Amino acid sequence: MAPLASHAYDLLLAGALLWLAWQATHAADLFRSVISFIVFGLLMALAWIRLDAPDIALAEAAIGAGVTGALLLSALGRLTSAPAEKPAATRRWPGTIAVLALAATVLALLGAAAWQLPAPGLGDAVAGHMPRAGVDNPVTGVLLNFRAFDTLLEIGVLLLAVVAIWSLGPTPEPLVPAIPSPALPALGRMLWPMFVLATFYLLWRGTHAPGGAFQAGAVLGAGGILVILAGARPWLTGEDNGPWRWLLSLGVVTMLLAALSTTLIGQRFFEYPESAAAGVILVLEITAAISIAMLLFAAYLNGQPPARWRGYPHS
Amino acid sequence: MMLYLLLASGLFLIGCHGLFASEGMLRKLLALNVLSSAVFLAFVTIARMSDPLDPVPHAIVLTGLVVTVSTTAVALAIVIRLAAGGSDLSRGRREEDE
Amino acid sequence: MTLTEWLGTALVIAGVPFLLSGTLGLLRFPDVYTRLHALAKGDNVGLGLICVGLGIQSGSVTVALKLLLIWVLMLIASATGAGLIARTALARGLKPWGL
Repeated sequence: MAPLASHAYDLLLAGALLWLAWQATHAADLFRSVISFIVFGLLMALAWIRLDAPDIALAEAAIGAGVTGALLLSALGRLTSAPAEKPAATRRWPGTIAVLALAATVLALLGAAAWQLPAPGLGDAVAGHMPRAGVDNPVTGVLLNFRAFDTLLEIGVLLLAVVAIWSLGPTPEPLVPAIPSPALPALGRMLWPMFVLATFYLLWRGTHAPGGAFQAGAVLGAGGILVILAGARPWLTGEDNGPWRWLLSLGVVTMLLAALSTTLIGQRFFEYPESAAAGVILVLEITAAISIAMLLFAAYLNGQPPARWRGYPHS
Repeated sequence: MMLYLLLASGLFLIGCHGLFASEGMLRKLLALNVLSSAVFLAFVTIARMSDPLDPVPHAIVLTGLVVTVSTTAVALAIVIRLAAGGSDLSRGRREEDE
Repeated sequence: MTLTEWLGTALVIAGVPFLLSGTLGLLRFPDVYTRLHALAKGDNVGLGLICVGLGIQSGSVTVALKLLLIWVLMLIASATGAGLIARTALARGLKPWGL
């Protein structure tokens, strides 16, 4: 009974995901596409749970459905005031068949490559080194100790993305759409403490259970976007607050410092001394989470924020 | 687990088709996101099939999610700029062509 | 099964018809306002019963409190979301069904 039910659940989930993916990429109505994609993100979080990846499920729910959804909806609001896009997918069968054939070929090649991966994976290797990692959650151990270099580059990518967005020009006006309901701003203000609480909870949990800097940063970033929608000004980004905006690079700078100081005390690049690993990882987690959160809502501004937020039109 | 590999393949095909065949920047961007979800799904399914559970693909997918949202944010900012100045841009290009 | 397990299962099963009727309303009602009405009411009660049921089944106070917190947050979020959608629809000029 139980395996049958779980198989039925998996089948239902897979069917819904495929249908939503099709709707997101091929629906005639853009709004429908965007909403389908947001629901797709939420259901992906369920798929991650089914695949025993709760860390990814947490991040997907906050980033895939939360932050990406807010980005897409605000972009959609700005696009519909501009001339409308062409309706979707004119049917040209030869083209469709060519694209599908190409995609199937690439898929077959990728599948063949994946098939040849070394079979047991790195599970044993990671488990063997966990006593030296300074944390108990293997995913956090991989992210901030064994493969910390990847994480450094990834926060660097996020920082570069914000630099690229800000370099495109000033933040378009109005910053947030006119909201016909007073409930959303009230909700944003009321829930902000909950977001901060959830962030610290996830950070604390990350050392021994699913959770950590990425999930915490994503939750705080999504909360920040909600507070911006509630009418708050991202004052930190204004030039009149001087060097505070350098906090955006906090995560990258701390990770680089950690990496370089390990070489100074004679260890290899990013190889923390075993006794200090737990402390170093805690500092890195907190700074990475703050940085990821601030970069996520800096990216939401869609352009360089004005020098002074005071007197900036609200909506 | 075979089901999830098939799901990843299906999402990959839908994403590829959407990326090349559907019109409109926003729809292509959504297709790109679906495509990256398909790749992440394949990663994690392969990690799930090994025993013990392999945490390295999980960490890679976590970084990948953040990279995907960065890409999406930059692309959306560009799409907004294109739509706002779109008429001017296309006019400029047409003048060049003539 | 112990008494708490029976009670938890009964509450979860009791929650399902509410979710079902909410979904039925979403699919079958004629306009956005009536659909929101069905969805917000049905799903809030259904989710509440399921959360309480799961909390009793878990047998742990912290898990039960977390589930309760999830329900309260969902109540606030769904009320806000429903209000926002309804007001936006009204501002766009959608007439309620039957008026």
